[in-house]
Amino acid sequence: MKKLKVAILGSGNIGTDLLVKAQRSPYLECTMFIGRKLASPGMAKANSLGVRISDQSIEAITNNPDCCDLVFDATSAVDHLRHAPILEQLGKLVIDLTPAKVGQICVPAVNLTSCLQYTNVNMVTCGGQASTPLAFAIGKTQQNIDYIEVISSIASRSAGPATRANLDEYISTTESAIRNFSGCRRAKAILNLNPAQPCINMQTTVFAKVENPDLEKLNPVLQEVISTVQKYVPGYQLIVPPTIENGRIVLMVRVLGVGDYLPSYAGNLDIINCAAIAMAEEYAKNNN
Amino acid sequence: MRKVIINDPTLRDGSHAIRHQLTAEQIALYCSAADKAGVPIVEVGHGNGAGASSLQLGESLLSDEVMLSIARNHLKTSKLGIHIIPGFATIERDLSKAIDLGVDVIRVASHCTEADITERHIGYARRRGKEVYGVLMMTHMASKEVLAEEALKMESYGAEGIMLMDSAGAYLPSDVSEKIGVLVNKLNIPVGFHAHNNLGLSIANSLAALEAGAIMLDGCARGFGAGAGNAPIEVLVAVLQKIGYDTGIDLYSILDAADLAEKKILKEIPSIQSTSVVSGLAGVFSGFSIHVNRVAQSYAVDPRDIFFELGRRQVVAGQEDIIIEVASELAAKRGV
Repeated sequence: MKKLKVAILGSGNIGTDLLVKAQRSPYLECTMFIGRKLASPGMAKANSLGVRISDQSIEAITNNPDCCDLVFDATSAVDHLRHAPILEQLGKLVIDLTPAKVGQICVPAVNLTSCLQYTNVNMVTCGGQASTPLAFAIGKTQQNIDYIEVISSIASRSAGPATRANLDEYISTTESAIRNFSGCRRAKAILNLNPAQPCINMQTTVFAKVENPDLEKLNPVLQEVISTVQKYVPGYQLIVPPTIENGRIVLMVRVLGVGDYLPSYAGNLDIINCAAIAMAEEYAKNNN
Repeated sequence: MRKVIINDPTLRDGSHAIRHQLTAEQIALYCSAADKAGVPIVEVGHGNGAGASSLQLGESLLSDEVMLSIARNHLKTSKLGIHIIPGFATIERDLSKAIDLGVDVIRVASHCTEADITERHIGYARRRGKEVYGVLMMTHMASKEVLAEEALKMESYGAEGIMLMDSAGAYLPSDVSEKIGVLVNKLNIPVGFHAHNNLGLSIANSLAALEAGAIMLDGCARGFGAGAGNAPIEVLVAVLQKIGYDTGIDLYSILDAADLAEKKILKEIPSIQSTSVVSGLAGVFSGFSIHVNRVAQSYAVDPRDIFFELGRRQVVAGQEDIIIEVASELAAKRGV
């Protein structure tokens, strides 16, 4: 099977972790790893893996349009707004890992195959990848969902500069994914950065206010959704099963990373990148 | 006489103590009383600031919009302030609206090691011509060197002063002197301190901050605030008057405001409950108390065990969901 040629734009934590995952995929081949500075840990890692590198940002692709079929954009929301039309003109498939929300929202456990018809898909956010499948299960089984709130806590070390500058976009993009896939009336997303040493594992909590909570209906659907996520994110686990606390449904997941670039505490990198790889592989399979 | 600027977060930090259930009447009455006393800044909102009403932290009775509009109508000379934490509140949804409603002072807060998340919010509020301060929370968790670095970042983003918060009430006066002293030395902007009373040191720590060069302090009516409460503003004003600092606040009027708050707003006068002592020792955010007590009861575990476990995990304000996880773990261990 011919591998799909992919380029990674953005040499920070997300881009570098993505590179390691892409190299392992039987369906993908990373043909260019692109950043702005050759002297960065991400570039060094790419070099050590024997991947072609460039410090020319988007120009690396406009100057070598044949270098790839698909571009992962792991820069920032503002940068993606600029990159999206350029990549569209070049006819590239785009998987956007920033919260720019330009393309179709993609959460593989929920809508993987229906995303194939789009050329630009948005991977929401790390917290969105962790919480949306849970909100989806709530949406499928509960009546009259007034409100869903999702809180993610991640290790400070795992949040690079673009993540930190994009907190507002993180919130609005996560909220719109939750609303879209659960049908709730209102949604709220919260992100905490915790600097504890040793680093904390990524955790996500979902609270839901529904008319008559029905946990018996929720549990089997939730289990199914969670095992679907586990197919592409092996470290995704339910740590507090659905419980009624203070009149609301609460449940909690922990995401342990595979430890590709940052150690396993950085489940936030893992979950959004695993989701992006799952999407890219789906494009690759569909191409052949 | 040396000047001290007092910020009064009675109607913000105090929200924690009454599960964010401030009423319109309470806001109106207290704003008028504080305004009459000449309090420079009155901070209003949800306990965790603008846009923080949530299941995680507790939902406000009134929307931010309603709270700020009422406060605006009842403040003539005092400035109206808000506390705002990126990660909870966004510029578009919360900050721009608050500024449209007439807020004068914006205090942009982050956990003590995460100053860079405040850059956009500080920049935006400055561009809108507002008075903007940077706030570092849970500062007992970082060394003086780290705090100085983080404060310098906020200064570079445009903050016009830096507040250090002892969010867990964990400081001794010597800790305050050391940390405030370094900031005063390294920054070109004023430094302030926000005390909590878990270990009974809120006034002593506030004085230590002034002696180390701080010129801004936070105080709440009767100490009305999260957990064991804050420095009581009426005591602070009295003590500062006795020492000879100029707060610009009229003593009788602030005593009246505190009496009014006690009668009209407080469910109980903040006292140092056993769980607050433990919270201070464990270095856990004071605002957790109310949630820890509730969850401890529903899982039948000792709230003190929850606090020490939360301290061991170094949780920060905003991670209230972890209380449930810890309680369920403790309950499971005990075989409940």
